[in-house]
Amino acid sequence: MMMQFSPPKETHKNRVQNKSYVYKRLWDYLMRYKFKLILALILTLFSNAFSLIGPYLTGQTIGAMEDGVDFPRVFLYGSLMIVFYVLSAVLLYGLSVMMIGISKSVVFQMRQDVFNKLNRLPIQYFDTHQTGDIISRMTYDIDTINQSLAGDVIVLLTSFLTIIVSLSVMILTAPLLVLIFAFTIPLTILLTTFLSKVVKQKFRIRNKKLGELNGFSEEMITGIQTIQAYVVEKEVKDDFDVINQETSEASYKAGYYSTAVMPSVGFISNLSMALVGVFGGILYVRNMMTLAILTSFTLYSRRFSGPINQLSGLFAEIQSALAAAERVFQVLDSEEEVNDLEDATEYDYLGGDIKLQDIQFSYDGETTVLENINVEAPQGKVVAIVGPTGSGKTTLVNLLMRFYDPQVGGIAVDQKPVLSYTRDSLRKAFSMILQDSWTFYGTIHENIAYGNGDVTREDVIKVAKAAHIHDYIESLEEGYDTILKNDGTSISKGQKQLVVIARAMLSKSKMLIFDEATSNVDTETEMKIHQSMKALMKNKTTFVIAHRLSTIQDADLIMVIHFGKMIELGTHRSLLEQKGFYASLFQSQFE
Amino acid sequence: MTFIFNLLKPYKIRLFFALLLKSIAALADLMIPFLIAYMIDTQIPALNNGDSLMPLYLNGALMVSIAFLGWVLNVIANRSSEYIASKAVETLRSDLFVSIEGLSAHDVDTFSKPSLISRMTTDTYNIYRAAAIIQRLGIRAPVLLIGGILLSFTFDAVLTLVMVFMLPFVSLIIYQASKKGIPLYKKNQFLMDQLIRKLREFITGARVVRALSMNDHEMAQFQHINQTSNESELYANKVMARVNPMMNIVMNIGLVVVLVIGAYRLSLGFTKIGAIMAFVTYFTIILNAMMGITRIFVLSSRAAASSERIEDVLTQDIEVQEGQELYQVNTKHPHIEFNNVSFSYLKKTNQLKNISFQLYKGQKLGIIGATGSGKSTIAKLLLRFYDADEGDIKIYGKDIKSYTLHSLRNQIGAVLQHDMIFNEDIAFNVSLHHHQKDVETSLFHAQANFVFDKEEGIDTTLTTSGTNISGGQKQRLLIARALYKNPDLLILDDASSALDYQTDQKLRKTLHDNYQETTMVIIAQRIASIKHCDLILYIDQGQVIDAGTHDELIAKHPSYQAIVQHQLGGVAL
Repeated sequence: MMMQFSPPKETHKNRVQNKSYVYKRLWDYLMRYKFKLILALILTLFSNAFSLIGPYLTGQTIGAMEDGVDFPRVFLYGSLMIVFYVLSAVLLYGLSVMMIGISKSVVFQMRQDVFNKLNRLPIQYFDTHQTGDIISRMTYDIDTINQSLAGDVIVLLTSFLTIIVSLSVMILTAPLLVLIFAFTIPLTILLTTFLSKVVKQKFRIRNKKLGELNGFSEEMITGIQTIQAYVVEKEVKDDFDVINQETSEASYKAGYYSTAVMPSVGFISNLSMALVGVFGGILYVRNMMTLAILTSFTLYSRRFSGPINQLSGLFAEIQSALAAAERVFQVLDSEEEVNDLEDATEYDYLGGDIKLQDIQFSYDGETTVLENINVEAPQGKVVAIVGPTGSGKTTLVNLLMRFYDPQVGGIAVDQKPVLSYTRDSLRKAFSMILQDSWTFYGTIHENIAYGNGDVTREDVIKVAKAAHIHDYIESLEEGYDTILKNDGTSISKGQKQLVVIARAMLSKSKMLIFDEATSNVDTETEMKIHQSMKALMKNKTTFVIAHRLSTIQDADLIMVIHFGKMIELGTHRSLLEQKGFYASLFQSQFE
Repeated sequence: MTFIFNLLKPYKIRLFFALLLKSIAALADLMIPFLIAYMIDTQIPALNNGDSLMPLYLNGALMVSIAFLGWVLNVIANRSSEYIASKAVETLRSDLFVSIEGLSAHDVDTFSKPSLISRMTTDTYNIYRAAAIIQRLGIRAPVLLIGGILLSFTFDAVLTLVMVFMLPFVSLIIYQASKKGIPLYKKNQFLMDQLIRKLREFITGARVVRALSMNDHEMAQFQHINQTSNESELYANKVMARVNPMMNIVMNIGLVVVLVIGAYRLSLGFTKIGAIMAFVTYFTIILNAMMGITRIFVLSSRAAASSERIEDVLTQDIEVQEGQELYQVNTKHPHIEFNNVSFSYLKKTNQLKNISFQLYKGQKLGIIGATGSGKSTIAKLLLRFYDADEGDIKIYGKDIKSYTLHSLRNQIGAVLQHDMIFNEDIAFNVSLHHHQKDVETSLFHAQANFVFDKEEGIDTTLTTSGTNISGGQKQRLLIARALYKNPDLLILDDASSALDYQTDQKLRKTLHDNYQETTMVIIAQRIASIKHCDLILYIDQGQVIDAGTHDELIAKHPSYQAIVQHQLGGVAL
C-alpha cells in the first residue's frame, strides 16, 4: 500500500496576493510598536525641521557678509550652526537607533510567529514542503521585509508631509508656475503605478526562485554523502546550474525594472526644473513675477523633488518587501492542525485500553492506505503489527499519535474516542521510538533527557546503562556532555537508536509505540537490552512494529497487515497453526 | 575579498562601460543645478522686456536634453550593473556549490551542514545585494564628490581646500566603523547558522517534538536563538548607524569653518559673496555624496563578512587526494586487500584497529558486530570518504589512493546509513540521472516491485528524505540505486534492516543469482544476510575478533553462536 500525498496546498494564495490584505497584515505588525513609531515620526519631523534651520542659519551667515562683513554676527550664526548640527546629528542617531529597534522587533516577532506557526501546523506540512524553502522564508524573506518596513513607513510619511507643505508654499508663491507640476506629478504617478505592478510580479518570481534554489541547496548539502558515493557531483551541479541560472535570470529581471524607477522619476523632476526655469523666465520678462519669487520658487521646487526622488528610491524596496511578505504570510495562513474539540478533556490514564475500530484512512483522499482495521489492545498487553514493508504499519503509528486522523472509524482509548481528549495530553501518554532516530544538536545528556523534564545525571546514566550505551558514552572524552551533532557521521545509526531507546526508558508514559525500535541495533546488544525493554513494557499497553520475529513472537496479540488490510489476528502459536501469511513470513527467515 | 574581483573579471568590459555610463550620467546630474543656477542667477536678470528669449529656450532645451541623456544612461547602466551582479553571484553560487560538494566528510562535519546551507543562501545574497548597489552608487557618489569639489575650486580654491581638509577625518570615521563592523556582521551570520540549524532540526524532528509535547521547549529554545541573533544584529546596526551623524557633524563643522574663513577673505577682498553662495550649494552635493559613500561602506562591511565565510569554503584544502590511475579489474590480485588498517575519526580513539583481510573478485564479505564497532567505517574507507591512518588498502593489487576518485567510486554501488532520497521521481532516484529510464531491472532485482503498482510508476515524485514511502520501500530504492550501474563492488551497510524477512530472502536470492561476478561487502545485523558469505568478519570495538565462514564461526565462537541461536533458533523474547 502506498502513501501518497497530495501536492502542497497553498490554500490562501489568492488572499495573500491581495495587496490590501498584505498591507493590513504588515500594518498590524507595525502597530504593535505604535508608540515607538509615533515617537519616531515626531523625531523625524523635528529632524526635518532642523534640517531647514541649518540652511537658514547658513543664509543668515552669508547675509551677515553682505554690505561689509559683520564679524560678530558671522561668529554668532556660525556657532549657532555648530550647535544645531550637533543637535540634529544626535537626533538623527537617536532616530536611526529607534528605527533599527522597531524593525528588529518586527523581525524578531515575525520569526517567532513563523516558528510558533510551524509548531501548530499538521505533520503533513513538513511531509510536503521542502525544508530549504521554509528556511528561505524564515531567513531571507523576513530579512527583506525588515530591510524596508519600519524605515520606509517613516520616510513615506515624512515625504508626503514635505511634499504637501512645499506644494502649498509653492502655490502661495507662484500659482502659475505650479501648473507645471499639474503635468509632471500625474506623469510620475502613472509611471510608478505601472512599474509597481510589473516590479512586484518580478520580485514575486525572484523570491520564489530563491526559495527553490535554497530548497535544492539544502537538499543537496544534506545528501552530500550520497552524491559523493555515486560520483554524481557533475550531474547534480548541472541541475543546480539550471535553477541557479533561472534564479539569476529572475533576479536580473526584477532589477531590470526596479532600477529603472529612480532615474525615471529623477528625469521627470529634472524636466520640471527646466520647465520652471524657462517659464519663470518668460513670466519675469513679462513682468509677471519678480526675481526674488522665482529664486525662492526654484529653491522650494528643489525641496519638493527631494522627497519625490526619495519615494521612488524606496519604491523597489517596498515592492520586494511586499513580495517577500506574501511568502511569509503564506506560511502564517496555512491551515493548522485541526483544533481540539471544544469539550476535549485532558487524557487521564485509566489503564490504557486502546481500541481501533473500522479504521479507513487515506493520505490524499484517493488511495486508501488502511481499511477495516479492527483490533483491541487491552490494558498492559503487547500488540505486534506485522506485515511487508509499505503495508501501512507506520501509518497506524501516525494515527495512534494523531499526526493524522482516520477518515472512517476511530480509535478509542480507555473507552472514549481519542477526539474527546486534547491532542497534547494524549500524545504525552505515549512514548514512541520511531524508525528514524531523531537526535538534536546538544549534549548526550540533553538528548536522553529530552521530553522528560528535569532529570538528574544519575537518572540519565541509569537508562543509558539499561540501553547499553553507557560504556560508549563513557569512552567519549566528554562523556555525557559530549555534543551530539545531528549531521555528524561519527555516531552510528544503531547508537543513535540506543540514545532514543534510553530517552523512552526515562519517560513515564503509560503506553508505548515501537516502530522498528531496534532495527539498527545489533543482535548482541539487543539481547543485552532485552531485559530492560521487557521491564519498560511491563504493565504498559504497547504497540510493536518489527520484522525480527524474535521480537514479536511473545506478543499477546499479533495483527498481520497486508496491502492496508488486516488479514490475520492471533497469537504466534495460533497464527503458525493457521499456516497463513504469518506462517510463511516466519518461515522465510530461516531460508 | 579578492575572489570577488576575480568573479567580476569576465565582465570587465561590460563593467567598464557600465561605470563609464554611470559617471557620465552622474556628471549630467551635476550639470542640471549648474545650468539652472546659471539661468536664474545670470540669464534671467539680464533679460529686458522685448529681448529675444532664445538663449533661455536654448538653455532649457539643453537642460532637458542633458536630463534625458542622464535618464537613458542611468537606466542602461543600472540594468547593466544588475546583470553583472546577478551573473557574478550566479558564478559564485556555482563555484561554492562545487566546493561544498567536494568537501571531505570531515570538513562537512567541521563546517556543519546548517552553516554550509547559510553560506550558500544568505551569504551569497548579501554579496549580491552589495554588488548591485555598490555598482549603482559606487561610481555616482565619488563622481559627485570629485565633481563637486572641482566645481567648488572654480569658485574659491582656498575655501575648497579647507573643505578637503575635513575629508581625512571622515575617512577615519568610516574606516573605524567598517573595521568594527566586519567582525560584528560575521558574528551575525554565525548566529544565523544556529537559527537555521534549529529550524532544520525542528522540521526533521516534528513528529518527536509533538509526541513528547516539547512544543513549548522548542519554542523557548528558538526564542533564545532568535533573540541572541536579533540583539547581535541590533548592535551591529547601531554601531554602523553612528557613522552618518558623526560624518554630518564633521562636514558641517567644516562648512562653518569655511564660512568664517570666507568672511575674512571677503573682508580682505579675496573673494566674492556669489562665490561663497555657490560654494554652499555645492557643499550640499558633496555632503550627499559622502552619505552615499558611507552607505557603500556599511553595505560592503556586511558583504566582506559574508565573503570571508564563503572564501573559507572555497579555499578549503581538499583532504582526500586524487590518484592518477583509472580503475581496472585485475583478477590476479585480490579485489580488496586490507593490511593492518587502523583509523580514527578525530585522530584520538581508534575506530578501527589492525584490520586485515583479502577478498577476491566475486567473493562476498559479511561484517557483523555491535553498533558503533566500526563496521560502517570500513565501507567509508572503501569509498575513500576517509583515508586510513595506518596500514594500506589495496584494490586489485594497487593502493586505493592511486586511483582517481571518480573511477574508483564509479565502480562501487553503495547503500550507506545516511543515504538520501531526493525530491525527484523514482527513476531519477535510482539512476541519479535525468532522462534515464531503464531502471526497471534494478528495481526488480531490489524487490522494489511496489513502484510498478503506483499510478505513475517510475515517474512518481518522492518527497525529500522519502517521507511519502515507507522505510522498507526506501531501502529497496536505495538498493536499486546501488545495483543500477552494475557495480564491480557492492556495499550494503545495514541496507535491509527495514525489510520483512520474506522480501529480504527474495532479495538475497536475486542478488545471489544475478550478481555472481560482483564482489560484495555486506554489513548486517541479520545472520541470514551474511551467512552465505565467503568470509565473515566478526568485529568488536574496531577489531576483528574472529573471521571465517558461517560454519567456522559457529564452531569456534560462542557469542556468534549466541547471535545465531537468538535469531534463528527462536529464543523467546
